[in-house]
Amino acid sequence: MDPIRVIVQNCVGCNLCVKACAYDAIALTGPVGAREGKPTAVIDLVKCTLCGACAEACKRYKAIVITRTTFKGQDVKAYAGICVFAEHRRGKLASVVPEIIGAARELQKELSAPVSAILVGNGVRGYTEELRSYGVDEVWMIDDPSIGDFDEDVQAELVAQILMEKKPEIFLGGGTVVGRSLLPRVAAKILTGLTADCTELSIDPSTMFLRQTRPAFGGNIMATILTQNHRPQMATVRHKVMKPADRVGNPSGKVLELTHIPVPTSKLEFLEFVEEKTSTVNLVEADVIVSGGRGIKDPKNFALIEKLALATGGAVGASRAAVDAGWIPYSHQVGQTGKTVKPKVYIACGISGAIQHLAGMKGSDMIVAINSDPNAPIFDVAHFGIVGDLFQVIPELVKQLENGT
Amino acid sequence: MKIIICIKQVPDTTNVRINPETNTLVREGVQSIINPFDVYAIEEGVRLKEKYGGTVTVITMGPPQAAEALRESISLGADAAYLVSDRAFAGADTLATAYALACAVKKLGGDAAAPAGGIDVILMGRQAIDGDTGQVGPGVAENLDISHVTDIRRIEEIADGRIVVERLLEEGYARIAARLPVVLTVVKEINTPRLPSLKGKLAARKAEIPVLKAVDIGADTERLGLNGSPTQVMKIFTPPKPGGGKKFTGEPAQTVGAFLSELTAAGITIRKR
Amino acid sequence: MNYFLTDDQKMIKDLAAQIAREKIAPIAAELDESQEFPWDVVKTLAQSDLFRVFIPSEYEGLGGGMFEMCLVVEELSRACSGIALAYAASGLGTIPIILFGNEEQKKKYLPRLAAGEILAAFALTEPGAGSDAAGIKTTAKPDGDSFVINGTKQWITNGGEASIYTVIGLTDPERGVRGSSAILVDKDHPGFTFGKKENKMGIRASATRELVFQDCRVPRTSLLAKEGMGFLVAMKTLDQSRPGVASQALGIAQGAMDKAVEYSRERHQFGKPISAFQGIQFMLADMATQVEAARALTYAAARSIDAGEKDVSRLSAMAKVFASDTAMKVTTDAVQVLGGYGYMKEYPVEKMMRDAKITQIYEGTNQIQREVIALGLIKESVRGKR
Repeated sequence: MDPIRVIVQNCVGCNLCVKACAYDAIALTGPVGAREGKPTAVIDLVKCTLCGACAEACKRYKAIVITRTTFKGQDVKAYAGICVFAEHRRGKLASVVPEIIGAARELQKELSAPVSAILVGNGVRGYTEELRSYGVDEVWMIDDPSIGDFDEDVQAELVAQILMEKKPEIFLGGGTVVGRSLLPRVAAKILTGLTADCTELSIDPSTMFLRQTRPAFGGNIMATILTQNHRPQMATVRHKVMKPADRVGNPSGKVLELTHIPVPTSKLEFLEFVEEKTSTVNLVEADVIVSGGRGIKDPKNFALIEKLALATGGAVGASRAAVDAGWIPYSHQVGQTGKTVKPKVYIACGISGAIQHLAGMKGSDMIVAINSDPNAPIFDVAHFGIVGDLFQVIPELVKQLENGT
Repeated sequence: MKIIICIKQVPDTTNVRINPETNTLVREGVQSIINPFDVYAIEEGVRLKEKYGGTVTVITMGPPQAAEALRESISLGADAAYLVSDRAFAGADTLATAYALACAVKKLGGDAAAPAGGIDVILMGRQAIDGDTGQVGPGVAENLDISHVTDIRRIEEIADGRIVVERLLEEGYARIAARLPVVLTVVKEINTPRLPSLKGKLAARKAEIPVLKAVDIGADTERLGLNGSPTQVMKIFTPPKPGGGKKFTGEPAQTVGAFLSELTAAGITIRKR
Repeated sequence: MNYFLTDDQKMIKDLAAQIAREKIAPIAAELDESQEFPWDVVKTLAQSDLFRVFIPSEYEGLGGGMFEMCLVVEELSRACSGIALAYAASGLGTIPIILFGNEEQKKKYLPRLAAGEILAAFALTEPGAGSDAAGIKTTAKPDGDSFVINGTKQWITNGGEASIYTVIGLTDPERGVRGSSAILVDKDHPGFTFGKKENKMGIRASATRELVFQDCRVPRTSLLAKEGMGFLVAMKTLDQSRPGVASQALGIAQGAMDKAVEYSRERHQFGKPISAFQGIQFMLADMATQVEAARALTYAAARSIDAGEKDVSRLSAMAKVFASDTAMKVTTDAVQVLGGYGYMKEYPVEKMMRDAKITQIYEGTNQIQREVIALGLIKESVRGKR
């Protein structure tokens, strides 16, 4: 049975569903239905994402029916609590961890349930203090010398075991390189749902489900996703998207060491780690970012961007257009498929402001745009826009900054 | 060496726009392309074949038109391609997709007793530009019960069933060894993909691309498509358009001056201290 | 305008256009400045099988002909004719082997040329023999089972980069032109060296060098066709390759016109885009008409050759003359449309104008071409034909 059907005898051919569909998946090409002379809706199952916008639009005639079933999930009622993955590597917790704890504590307000953290590795008891200081109520820990920082297969197995034992209803991880590799493996082990790169997490007041909202189609639209029948509801959140948790005055969290869970041997062999002090790290943490886009016209003109970055003490970023053209390495790319940044000041030079780029920087405190096209979309998000030739404006800006005028 | 590349045909999201009147996606004129990250995976697969011998097979789970992407893969050097396509797959999230692809890989490997059916290396791009999740690779590996490593920027060597790779992390890279079979997701740093060749295009034109349905890959239908998807999209909306701020037009000396004055007035400084 | 290309021809044209866009256009200005030889592009063309398009399938080619080669040269030249010349000149150097090589010579060179592993070159011109090709002085004295070559060839495209050279020399100086022969010489053969790379006005990414032969001894088996057939080899080769030069000029003209049209829409003066002014419109219209006419002539000549038409000299001369004159006019007009910006190296059209000039000069000057056309007409009239 098709998951979505049009009930022809109810359809009046009013076209509301066609207008509501973001995927161009409905057309009025069916046989005449309830209203004389009006062709009925036909749904292209290939394009349809079952988002339900059409059924919503057809509330009056109830001509579109979606049958949502899933394979049998976990016993939802047995799951409670909000858990986060305490990612760590080479001596410190990942910088995203305080942010997902912050998100968990926000959800805690609606759910009134404890916030826990899963911490697995070697020598990790050293992080428990910090986790508790962010308001984690319970740290579920496995501290074992055989668990290497890079033994992701072992970590995934242990995380899955802990989740199945402790049964939190929500499990959050960072949308980091490791998070985006480990959490999907865990979700596949447990057979539950995982939503990547959420920009918003909230609790639906009537169902108490976790509403997971994320950009889709390169950021052109937003989608809200639910994991109804499976637990835990897993989600990842990228660095610099959510606010970090405040430190608590009197940390009262407990640490539970789960020594009864056997630690498997890794099938991966860690050889070495090579640190590369690229400006990447500086980019994400920088207070000021100066970015160049297609308007730079030539790779050698990135020197101008660098000059302005130097004058402002900032880092150099780039749009996808500049990176794809080979003008600057991918590590500088800001956007949907690059880095998400939240600096105090973001100066976009010669960047048109495509949705994919905005997705990576629109959280910046202050956005400044320099572009010769007064109609460039970037001016819609910029707090300050300078319309002009960047080859003249940037040197002028550098000059005035340096002269202290 | 038996290599399988999993690709996805995606709309070129850089060109997708919202119709401001109807607030819907404008998909006309937006081309369907091979997911750019997967093109790097195809290139790496072909390079592995050139270095170690063997075959490169490309598969995709998608609608009938996805066969175009498979033909393009052949013009880029792949030896064979299969389209994993069935109404039963519709509405699949990453869990259901990973399950279906894993079944297909095992079936194509042919050796029911061997892990991954006898396939040695499974490659794909780190993420698809329409979904951006990066979840299918690890999911496929879990379903096949084999190792996976994501974000590969270099395959150093393969010898005696052991592969050494460089994995790109935020602050550098890790050198990791794994035993075959393995799933690897690749980043753009890994290579520069070749352009198609004429011989490749001729082969692609003639190629027969078999379609594998749910029954052909021995999948449990409960785990496929919408039914096999714990996550479901409940609502789609266009992000609210933010309002613009102050715009300065005129001679650079004036506009820059005015801009800096505004900052000072607002107590903001961008000068390097 | 639809020229009714076959699917295979469309495929070749589209792939060449893709390479031009992605690999040639981004480096055109840089190589024009540095005069560096585009080996990376050659590698890409080789890997994409484009060197195979004019080589018979028995020798690992794809079995196409001059028309397919022209499609490639045109698309590559739109992005940069200097870079395109590495391919086109190798084509020119391959033709003598295809037309006159014996089985052994074809087997030795054609597969490697098809794979783009090596490049070829054609050497006729000398310091004292340009249009007057019969005035060549390079000798290739028969000596037992070898030829000993002495002399200098001038302005040879791909000189120093190509691996195989077809050299026209005098095996029997007494007999003048009828004593000339075509001989294959490998690069690095003892007695064969190169002069310095010429510093040119245009097509600067192509390599142009003198070939210097000093007692260069080559085996008899290097002889193409028979002794005394050198000039015939040369003339037949140039007849075949002439549409190639025409398509190079055509590509330049098309590329320049595209830039002019694009610019005319963006540039605003007197409150309008300059494309709104009839003066510009008329210029663009004339450019487009001439380019299309050049294309029609070039394609007709190439197709004639591939169809095996006997007398192709006149048509291919017309194509070369018209296309190259068109390229010169169109590029000059393109610079004019871009005005002051057109004169600046930052914008691509001044390079195209510098590139276009050579197409009126080499592979038979346009004056020689006109002579060929005129003499052909007259001969026909004498015979009473229409």
